[in-house]
Amino acid sequence: MNFIWETFEGMRIALAAIWANKLRSGLATLGIVIGIVTVTLMGTAIQGLNRSFLEAVSTIGADVLYVQRFSWFINSWEEWLKAEKRQRITLAQVRAVEKQMRQARAIAPFVETRRPVNYKNRRSDSVTVIGTTDQFQFTKGISVALGRYMTAPEADGGRPVCVLGSTVATNLFLIESPVGNKIRLGSQTFEVIGVLEKQGDFFGEFSSDNAVIIPLQQFITSFWHSPDFQIQVKVIDIARLDEAKEELRGILRRIRRLAPGTEDDFSIDQQEMFLSMFGRVSRTIASVGLFITGLSLFVGGIGIMNIMFVSVAERTREIGIRKAIGAKRRAILTQFLIESASICVLGGLLALAIAYPVTLLLKKQLGGAMSPTVVTIALLVSAFTGILSGFFPAWRAARLNPVDALRNE
Amino acid sequence: MNLIRLENISRRYQMGAETIHALRDVSLTIDRSEYVAIMGPSGSGKSTLMNLLGCLDTPTSGRYELNGVNVSEMDDNQLAEIRNREIGFVFQTFNLLPRSNALHNVELPLIYAGVAAEVRRKAALEALSQVGLADRIHHKPNELSGGQRQRVAIARALVTSPSIILADEPTGNLDSNTGTEIMALFEELSNHGNTIIVVTHEEHVARHAERVVRILDGLIASDEQVAGRVAAEEYSK
Ligand SMILES: Nc1ncnc2c1ncn2[C@@H]1O[C@H](COP(=O)(O)OP(=O)(O)OP(=O)(O)O)[C@@H](O)[C@H]1O
Ligand SMILES: [Mg+2]
Repeated sequence: MNFIWETFEGMRIALAAIWANKLRSGLATLGIVIGIVTVTLMGTAIQGLNRSFLEAVSTIGADVLYVQRFSWFINSWEEWLKAEKRQRITLAQVRAVEKQMRQARAIAPFVETRRPVNYKNRRSDSVTVIGTTDQFQFTKGISVALGRYMTAPEADGGRPVCVLGSTVATNLFLIESPVGNKIRLGSQTFEVIGVLEKQGDFFGEFSSDNAVIIPLQQFITSFWHSPDFQIQVKVIDIARLDEAKEELRGILRRIRRLAPGTEDDFSIDQQEMFLSMFGRVSRTIASVGLFITGLSLFVGGIGIMNIMFVSVAERTREIGIRKAIGAKRRAILTQFLIESASICVLGGLLALAIAYPVTLLLKKQLGGAMSPTVVTIALLVSAFTGILSGFFPAWRAARLNPVDALRNE
Repeated sequence: MNLIRLENISRRYQMGAETIHALRDVSLTIDRSEYVAIMGPSGSGKSTLMNLLGCLDTPTSGRYELNGVNVSEMDDNQLAEIRNREIGFVFQTFNLLPRSNALHNVELPLIYAGVAAEVRRKAALEALSQVGLADRIHHKPNELSGGQRQRVAIARALVTSPSIILADEPTGNLDSNTGTEIMALFEELSNHGNTIIVVTHEEHVARHAERVVRILDGLIASDEQVAGRVAAEEYSK
């Protein structure tokens, strides 16, 4: 009960004191304002960074496991020869993986070859022809710019349709829209149903810009009767990539009937490189951001501590009066902590008012606007800074000897 | 049982190499409902004694029993609670909170006692009307005269119904007429059974009391009942 009234009284005094010293409190809070603006901008930037990280993860395919006969990292002729002797990955094995794998969001088998492609009198040599299923758009993280991607029935069926990579489309079609027209791949004719979004050079050989995607069944009948399949498995949770990899490995060993203790006769690869690089960059940015934020909050906190010492010194006599009529240490401590926390929270609110339009202006660069989480964190941080930097002055005030305090002029 | 019982109380201040003996082995008892004046020259230790009696300070040695409770070894927070419950202070310089109005100043001890808002307000209004300030409750200290300020202070001392009212030179900052009014108020409180201890170095102020304790150099020089007590009204004539 006492505590409630003391807290009310503390707030009353704190607000009255801040109001009585508007200019001083305003100046003292500047440091906090700058600190909290930094907190807000950093927080928003880091959130944006994480979001673009997750986006990058799925476009790059960092959450995808790549199964094939040849490892990506073959270092010697002997290794290559050994891999060459391995049994192929067959369609039956692909189907078994599709059925058994638990931790997969999408599974797409694919095969590829190179063929020239023609439209009327225009020609593009050496285009990658990919035979795959409808799931490929999820594992590969591609998006369609024009028309549509193939459906599941189309992937299994015999209708000759195709989806063009953006480079192929611009090479073959000058003014006309590719969708609905027919192109020739080798000796076969395919109807264009969609064009992919440009992926860019960043993805290098993984880019689908210079590719034509056709249904798996079409690929088998037109180009290659029993191809060596590759499988892309997009996992459900990137944090549990290793677990999923183990599951996949177990399934493959079982369906390829490998005796325990023997070596794998396939390879599961992943884009670890991208993941670790991206992780390193975002960690660096986050820690530099935290350091700058911490520094500016520290400076702001020192300012608040300073002004609170002044406030305590000015009101020594008042503290004496309060103690004489029965205020305990806790009551005095609370009173000054509320005062410093209020100054800082007011600073925090001011900072949010300043930072909000800035985040709107920098929406592109920051990768998003201010979120409620950031607002909450900013206010909590400012209250915490206030309490932390007000503690020493408040503690000194609470411990004042009432006789000495009353004698103070 | 005595209300106040001091046994061999000493209070020494250390000033560098020098030790100042503000009080030396003082023993004193005061009963409930007594009206005591403490007199003595400047620097004799009157305020030091008042601070000890009011639990604002603790003795260097000796034992102080208030209401049968040994308070000489209590810590800061326990003393704050005793001050809140048992003591009402009236100071020479009023010591009101400058930014709060009369009502809030009087309510303050009850806030620290944890009393609910309506009860607090009612008690404060009662105390203010008891000192004749029912029509000044919303005035801040700088909107009141010296005498009115001291009345607010007295109302604040009364509001918790303490065991003792301690006043250290309550008329020191007032002109003689206003001082007389304040002394009349104390007398009235005494007549209602309050225990009052007043420090003064004006003989005419002391004459209102029933008992005068004289201090010299930190020692009690004399302690006697007043024979011809003067009523305030008579004095002002
Ligand atoms: N905090 C302190 N530190 C050192 N010496 C002190 C302190 N407080 C009081 N004294 C000394 O103790 C002695 C008694 O002081 P006290 O204030 O009790 O005198 P007083 O009788 O109230 O005088 P006055 O009538 O002038 O108010 C004085 O010599 C004073 O200098
Ligand atoms: Mg004195």
